[in-house]
Amino acid sequence: MSERRATTANPLLQLDDLSIGYRIRGGIVPAVRRVSFTLEEGDSLGLVGESGCGKSTLAYAVVNYLGRAGVRLRGRVLYEGQDLAALSGEALRSLRGREIAMVDQDPVSCLNPVLPIGEQLMEVPMIHEHATVEQARERAVAMLGEVKLPNAESVMARYPHQLSGGQQQRVVIAMALMGNPRLLVMDEPTTGLDVTIEAAILELIAELRERHRMALLFISHNLGTVMRVCNRLGVMYCGELVEEGEVREVFRNPRHPYTRGLLDCLPTFDTDKNTVTLKPIPGQVPAVPSEAPGCVFAPRCQFVEEPRCTRGEIAAERVAAAAHHRARCVRQAELPHWEPAQSIREAPVTPALSPEPLLRIDGLDKSYEAAGVHWFRKGKDGGVHALNGITVSAAKGRTLAIVGESGCGKTTLARVLTGLEEASGGTIRFGDSDLARTGVNRRTKALKRAIQMVFQHPDGTLNPSHTIGFTIARTLRRLASIPAGEMKRAVENLLQKVNLPAEFSRRLPRQLSGGQKQRVAIARALAGNPELVVADEPVSSLDVSVQAAILNLLLEIQTASETTMLFISHDLAVVRFLADHICVMYLGRVMEYGTVEEVFDPPYHPYTEALLSAAPVTDPDAKRRRIVLEGSLPDPSEPPRGCPFHTRCPRKIGPLCEDTLPPEHRLPGGHRIACHIPLPELQAMEPVLTRSRAEAGD
Amino acid sequence: MARFIVKRLLFMAATMLTVSILLFGLLEISPGSVATKVLGPYTSQEQRDLWLEAHGYFRPLHVRYLDWLGHLVQGEFGESIRFKVPVAEVLWPRLSNTAVLGGLVLVIMVPFSLALGVLAGMKEGSPLDRTISLFSIVTTSVPEFASSVILAALFVFYLGLLPGTSTMASGFSWREMVLPVLVLVLYDFGYVTRMTRASMVEVMTRPYIRTAVLKGLPHRRVIFRHALRNALIAPFTVIMLQINWLLSGVIVVEFFFAYKGFGSLLLEASLNQDLFLIEACTMVSVLVAVGTQTLADIGYVYLNPRIRFS
Repeated sequence: MSERRATTANPLLQLDDLSIGYRIRGGIVPAVRRVSFTLEEGDSLGLVGESGCGKSTLAYAVVNYLGRAGVRLRGRVLYEGQDLAALSGEALRSLRGREIAMVDQDPVSCLNPVLPIGEQLMEVPMIHEHATVEQARERAVAMLGEVKLPNAESVMARYPHQLSGGQQQRVVIAMALMGNPRLLVMDEPTTGLDVTIEAAILELIAELRERHRMALLFISHNLGTVMRVCNRLGVMYCGELVEEGEVREVFRNPRHPYTRGLLDCLPTFDTDKNTVTLKPIPGQVPAVPSEAPGCVFAPRCQFVEEPRCTRGEIAAERVAAAAHHRARCVRQAELPHWEPAQSIREAPVTPALSPEPLLRIDGLDKSYEAAGVHWFRKGKDGGVHALNGITVSAAKGRTLAIVGESGCGKTTLARVLTGLEEASGGTIRFGDSDLARTGVNRRTKALKRAIQMVFQHPDGTLNPSHTIGFTIARTLRRLASIPAGEMKRAVENLLQKVNLPAEFSRRLPRQLSGGQKQRVAIARALAGNPELVVADEPVSSLDVSVQAAILNLLLEIQTASETTMLFISHDLAVVRFLADHICVMYLGRVMEYGTVEEVFDPPYHPYTEALLSAAPVTDPDAKRRRIVLEGSLPDPSEPPRGCPFHTRCPRKIGPLCEDTLPPEHRLPGGHRIACHIPLPELQAMEPVLTRSRAEAGD
Repeated sequence: MARFIVKRLLFMAATMLTVSILLFGLLEISPGSVATKVLGPYTSQEQRDLWLEAHGYFRPLHVRYLDWLGHLVQGEFGESIRFKVPVAEVLWPRLSNTAVLGGLVLVIMVPFSLALGVLAGMKEGSPLDRTISLFSIVTTSVPEFASSVILAALFVFYLGLLPGTSTMASGFSWREMVLPVLVLVLYDFGYVTRMTRASMVEVMTRPYIRTAVLKGLPHRRVIFRHALRNALIAPFTVIMLQINWLLSGVIVVEFFFAYKGFGSLLLEASLNQDLFLIEACTMVSVLVAVGTQTLADIGYVYLNPRIRFS
C-alpha cells in the first residue's frame, strides 16, 4: 500500500469549476455553481452556509454519490489528479472507504439497525484489504478504543440502538477510519447532539485528524464548530463558494458581505440585548440561479453597486495581504474593515429596576409512571422523576432562560406551565392562581389567554390545510373575543406585529419559509395579549440569519408589551443575548440560577462551566478553558445517587458527591449554586472564556 | 426473549378462551335450539327434552360451559349431524389435506415472491421493477374464481394436460394438485411481492445503505448483508397472515376442484347447520389465526434487534 501513498504532484482533492444540478420533471435545477478549491494532505476545510446553499451536494460530489437525479453540469472533481466521474464502478468502489471516507449527520440512521457494531466495522478491512476475521476484529477493537469508547469488546457485540447518540457518532467515525482514509468528508457530524457531546466529538475529530494526518472536508451550518476542527473556512451562499481562507483570517477580516452578514447575525458571549442588536440579512436565500446575472448576493447586499455587481460573471479575487484568502466580490478590496457588534444601543432594552415576579415556581416535582404498567409490581420501580424541587421565578417583562442538555427536564417544565401536564408536587404561582395542579382543561379562558406557547417546529403546529389568516382568526376568536367585523383588521395587525405583510393571511403554511412560519406561530401566541410566553427552542431549527430576525422580533414584542418570557434553549450564546435570568438544569434539578452576568461569570456550577466551555464560539480571539465531559447523560429513570452530576463532573470532590444531594450556596442578589464545593473555591474559578487580542494566533 | 414468548402464549390462551365463551354464548346458550338442530325440526318437545336431559343440558350454565370446554380441549367435539360420525374423524383428514395444499402453495409462493420483490425493489423505477410490478398487479387482480375457470379451460379442456377435479379418489396425485396450487399461488404471490418490493424500496433509501455504499462495499454485499435483513422484516408478518388466509380463503378453490379440504368442509358444515362441526371448525380456525399471529410477533421481535434488546 505504501507505493499507493507515494506523494504526487497533484493535490489530494481538487474541485475545478464544479457545477452540479438535480434533474427534476421539466428540467434541471442547479445546486452548486462553479466551485473551485483544493485540499492538500493534512488540510482541513470547513464549509459553512445556510440551508439550501449546496453544502451537502458538494460533500456527496466529493464521494461521487449524487443519486440518480444528480448531474454534473460542468467542471471536475479530481482526487490525486484522477477525475472521479471517469472512474469505473470498481475503481470508485476501491477508493471509497479506503481513500475517501464519509461521516454523515444523524448517526443512528447511518448504522444498520440489524447488524452488530462489530460486524459493521470489521467488513471494511475484510473487503478492502482481504483481512482475516481476527485481524479485522483486532483493528475494530483498537479503533473503538481510539474513538474513546469504553469497553470496546462489549460495544462490538451491541446493536446501534443500544448506544447513546454520542456513542453512535463515535462508532460512525471509527467506521470511517477503519480503512485508514486519506480524506475524510463529514457532513454536519455533530448536528443533533447535545453541546457537551458535540464538544467532545469535535475534540476527538481534531485529535484523530492530527494523528492520522488526514485531510478533512467538514460541512456545518455552525460557524463555531468549524473553528474547532478546521484551519480553513469556506463560506457558501446560493451554491457558490463566496469566500475562502484561513479560519481566523476570515473571521477577523471577512471580505464578502455575506460572511459579514452571517457574523452580524450571531449573538456572541460578550454581547447582550442591552448593548447590541442583531442584524439579520434582509430578504431570503433565493433558489440557486442557473444563469449568473452578476453576484448572487447582490439583491440582499448593503454594499451593492450598479452595474458592477449585477452584470457579468463575478470571479473569486485574492484578498490582498493574505496568502490564501479569496472572496467572490468585486468590491472586496474597497469595503471598510469589519468590526464585530457595531450597533451599540443607546438605551438598555429592559428597565434597570427589578419588578415584581410574575411567575414563582416553588419546589416543583413531576414524575412519570414507568412505561408498561404492571399491576402486580406497582410501586416497585418508581418511574422517571422529570422534575425535582424546581424553584425559580420570572420577573414581569423579563426573560427567564432554561438551559440544559436533552433529558434535563426543560420541556417537561414548559408542559407543566402550559397545563399540558400536571405537576406531582410543589406550586406555581402565576398572579393569583396556582398552576401546578391545574391542567389546561381546568384553566379559565383568561388563564389560557395569559399563558401561550411557541414551539420548536412551527411546521407541526400549523394546520397545513388552513390559511394563515384562518389559523390566526380562530385563535383570536377563542382568546380575544373579537367581533367578526373587526377580525380582518385584527389579523392584519397581528401579522404586522411579527413583520409579515397582510397578504400572507391568504397563504397556506407550505407557501411560507421556516422563519415565516415561526413568525406566524409567534403571532398566534400573541393573539390574546399573553402575559407569559413559553418558547421551547423557538429558533433552534432556523438558519442563523432567520434566527437573528426572530430573536429581534421577540425582543421588540417584549419591550413593547412587557411580556414575560420563559425561553428554553440549548444555545448559550442566544441565551446570553436574550435572557435576564438563567436557570441551568441537569436531570430534572436546578444546578444554578441567577442573572445572566452571575451565571456567565464565576463562580460557576461545574456543569455550567462545562456547558460554557462546550459552546461554539466564532470569535477568533476568544480563549477558552477546555473542559471535556466524559460519558453521556445518565438514564433519567435511574438518576445517580447524591449529586446527579457526579458521574460526569470534572471537579468531583469525593464520596460526598456520590452520597449526598448538594446544598445550595445562596449568594446575595439571588444567585444560587447547588454544589458541594465550598463557595470560596467556586469563587476562585477562572472565567471559561476570555478575550484578548494579545494572545491571538493561538 | 423467553419472557416475551411466555407472555405471547398466555395472551394467545386468553384469546382462545374469549372466543370459546363467545362461541358457547352464540351456539349453545339456548338448549332448545341445540336440540332442534341436532334432532331436526320435526321432532316433538318430549323427544328434545329427553335428548337434552341425556346430554346434560339442564345443568347450570357454567357447569355446561366447563364441561363443553373440557371436551373441546381434548378434541372431543361431539358427533357430526351430517356425516353421522364423531367430528374429529372428518375434521383431521380434511385439515391435513388443506395443510398439504397450503404448504405447497407456501413453499412455491414465498421464495418466488420474495425474490421478485427484492429484485424489483432494488432499483425503483427500473424496467425490471416495472415488469415485475405490472405482472404482480395483473395476477393479483384476477380473483381465484375467475382464474380457476380460465386455467381449467386452458389446461383441462383446451390442452387436455391436467385433470379438472382434485378429488384424490385413487390416492394422492401430484397431477391433481397442480391446478389448485397454481390458482392460489397466482392469486397470492403478487400481494407478497408488492409488500416485499415496497419494503425493499424503503430500505434502499435509508442512510445506512448509503453508508454501506460509501464504505466501498460491493453491490452484492450491500444488498445481501445490509438491505435484505431489514427489508424482510415487514414481509415476514404478511407471510404469516397468508397462512391464516390459506386455511379459510381456499373455500372457492377447494369447492371448484372438488378437493376434500378444510374449506369445503367449512362450507358443508355451514350449509347443513352442522352445529358441532361448525364449533370445531371455528375453534381450529381461531387457533390457526392466533397461532400464526403469535409466531409472527415472536418472529418479528427475533428479526428486529431494536425490539429484541430493549
